[in-house]
Amino acid sequence: MAAMVQRLRASVISTPTASLINLVGIAVVAVAAVASVQRIYQGGATYFFQTMGFGLAEGAIFALVALGYTMVYGIIELINFAHGDVFTLGAFFSLALMPTFGLTEGKISGAAIILPLLGLFVVTMLFCALVNVVIERVAYRPLRRAPRLAPLITAIGMSALLEGVMNVWRGPFNLHYPDFLPEYQIPLGGGVTIAAKAVMVIVIAVVLMVVLTLFVNRSKLGKAMRATAQDRDAAQLMGIDINRTISATFFIGAALAGAGGIIYGLYYNSVQAFDGFQYGLYAFTAAVFGGIGNIPGAALGGMLIGIIFAISDGYFSVAWTQVLIFAILIFVLVFRPTGLLGMRVPEK
Amino acid sequence: MRDLVRSNMRNPNAIAYFLMAVVALFFPAVVQFASGGSGDYLVGLAADGGVYMLMAIGLNVVVGFAGLLDLGYAAFFAIGSYTYALVASNHLGVTPIEHSLHVPFWLALFIGMFVAAGAGALLGAPTLRLRGDYLAIVTLGFGEIVPRVFRNGGVWTGGVPGISALDVPTLPGWFQGPWVGQDFGWVPDFRFTTANLTAYYVLMVVLITFVVILVNNLHGSRLGRAWMAVREDETAAAASGVNTVSVKLLAFSIGAATSGFAGAFYGAKLSYVSGENFGFIVSVTVLAMVVLGGMGNIPGAMLGAIVLYFILFWLLPNAPLQMENLASSLGLGFLNQSTPDGWPGIAEVVSRSKYVIFGVILVGIMLLRPQGLLPSQIRKQELRHEEHEAIAAPRQLQA
Repeated sequence: MAAMVQRLRASVISTPTASLINLVGIAVVAVAAVASVQRIYQGGATYFFQTMGFGLAEGAIFALVALGYTMVYGIIELINFAHGDVFTLGAFFSLALMPTFGLTEGKISGAAIILPLLGLFVVTMLFCALVNVVIERVAYRPLRRAPRLAPLITAIGMSALLEGVMNVWRGPFNLHYPDFLPEYQIPLGGGVTIAAKAVMVIVIAVVLMVVLTLFVNRSKLGKAMRATAQDRDAAQLMGIDINRTISATFFIGAALAGAGGIIYGLYYNSVQAFDGFQYGLYAFTAAVFGGIGNIPGAALGGMLIGIIFAISDGYFSVAWTQVLIFAILIFVLVFRPTGLLGMRVPEK
Repeated sequence: MRDLVRSNMRNPNAIAYFLMAVVALFFPAVVQFASGGSGDYLVGLAADGGVYMLMAIGLNVVVGFAGLLDLGYAAFFAIGSYTYALVASNHLGVTPIEHSLHVPFWLALFIGMFVAAGAGALLGAPTLRLRGDYLAIVTLGFGEIVPRVFRNGGVWTGGVPGISALDVPTLPGWFQGPWVGQDFGWVPDFRFTTANLTAYYVLMVVLITFVVILVNNLHGSRLGRAWMAVREDETAAAASGVNTVSVKLLAFSIGAATSGFAGAFYGAKLSYVSGENFGFIVSVTVLAMVVLGGMGNIPGAMLGAIVLYFILFWLLPNAPLQMENLASSLGLGFLNQSTPDGWPGIAEVVSRSKYVIFGVILVGIMLLRPQGLLPSQIRKQELRHEEHEAIAAPRQLQA
């Protein structure tokens, strides 16, 4: 009892410097919030909804990529730096495959694109998933018992390798990605509209995330994943095939990243071989923001980062957006390392 | 003398130091001789390589000694460079301060170093309590922020074009001798001009020697032992009376200081700084150098820096031309032409494959020789010790 009280007191009353740092943190957040609200109020409703449309669509893609980071981190505590490049690989691969599926710009439109696009999604997701499983097998599995630094370095190496392969393949140029999504605006009443493109991106991403959540919560393999994340050795003793479970995690994470790559291409209509690293870092920030290792947290974090991105771009300065995102990353880790939804995990 | 030689015959570190010293001493003369007096480019390249070597030595303190993964090391490099640029150019004159500073080179070098160390302490103080990979992420974020801040800094940092026309190094005023302004053997004129890169090279060698002696002493000191204790087991170190936070903070700041020092020299050598030169790729390159050479071993990190610098900045830039010549001489000249169906010509393919090679090196080293080219002897002993234990007791499952 006494110990509990002491622990409680320790968590509430911290050292004077720590509480000072916390105060500074709260003040910074408050100032930022007030400034944003004021600018949004001045900007008017139409502009606000347009910005939110951008933000939610971008956030949906961030969330898809962040899920892969969070799942892998949850299960083997590795920051898979190559994940962002698997995402770009999805965009590159699908771009190369489009003619095979009859998806040529100007020749096909309307509802006819749905079926080939679905096929494109399936093939690309499978491809990315297999690539990621191979990466895990080659670069991470042999180092599972090695010092923590070792797999991190191979992850950076794999990221460079994937970027290099894409660079050799298509060169360091901005490639045009065909535009198949409808361009019209959906009226929301009162002169406020939202882009149909953004709505479609959000719908696809949300469907994929719901499927993932159901899978992890309901299926046997999902249960194995949760068990492995919690305690790898105990899970092994219970007869769970650890290697297969970890491979499955990489498989699913990369499938989502591959889907994210296609959506990214369809939404922005441009991809570049080195996009993935930056984008992966934003997605990783989203995963940390939501609470790394936490699947709903990654989805929430992705959406929030997307919205912050859009608000910063739309109401403040585009040049400082990236600085802001990384500042958030540091901020979250300093003030709330467990993220918004994360729980305190003891260091293994 | 004979005893000294005999006792070090089997010490790989001593051999590495000796060989590096000999190579460093004779490199400019040999290059100039071999190329018939036109080896200035190579000597200058070596001086630039020295910047990376300095950074590798500094990062080795952070990653190798204290076991803290720093993925934003280039940020401190940038801070050192920009500090030098601000205190040793006309740039402050065009900012609202309207008075430019021209701090002498040797003082500016140390100002850059201390500012970087201060930035390291400022970043480290709130974040060093975090667990290992969270620290890596914080430093990564910091490394992404700093160059962007410099790029967006407007009039203060020169914006995207950066700051140019920085002061070139000078010898300290009291440092007089026959070599100043006169021919002296293979040093034609010991003045720092763009035409005389040997001077920069010699300065670099002096700076590296200085830093190596300093870091070596630190390694053997009480602080060095505390770093290793923290690296191996932080809880045990804390229980033994090591103030882990201040020890880690010192490692972080000393690493940052070395990087800032290298950055100040880099700024002076290029006479130009821009936010584009300090991206994540620089941090990763330096990390790869330390890993390749052998974490926790100073000559190892230096060797890793030499090898990787040679590959990245000499072999790879020259490879496209070599491949083109090779293709022509093999009768495969058609490979050199770009075709409309996407083949960009062999030279272009080779120059694009830089990142592939980079990735293969990182992954390959970690898988095949994780201890690096020149492993740390202490760590080796520790590993051997563990093996004995493992034989005696059944191997425990590790989480």
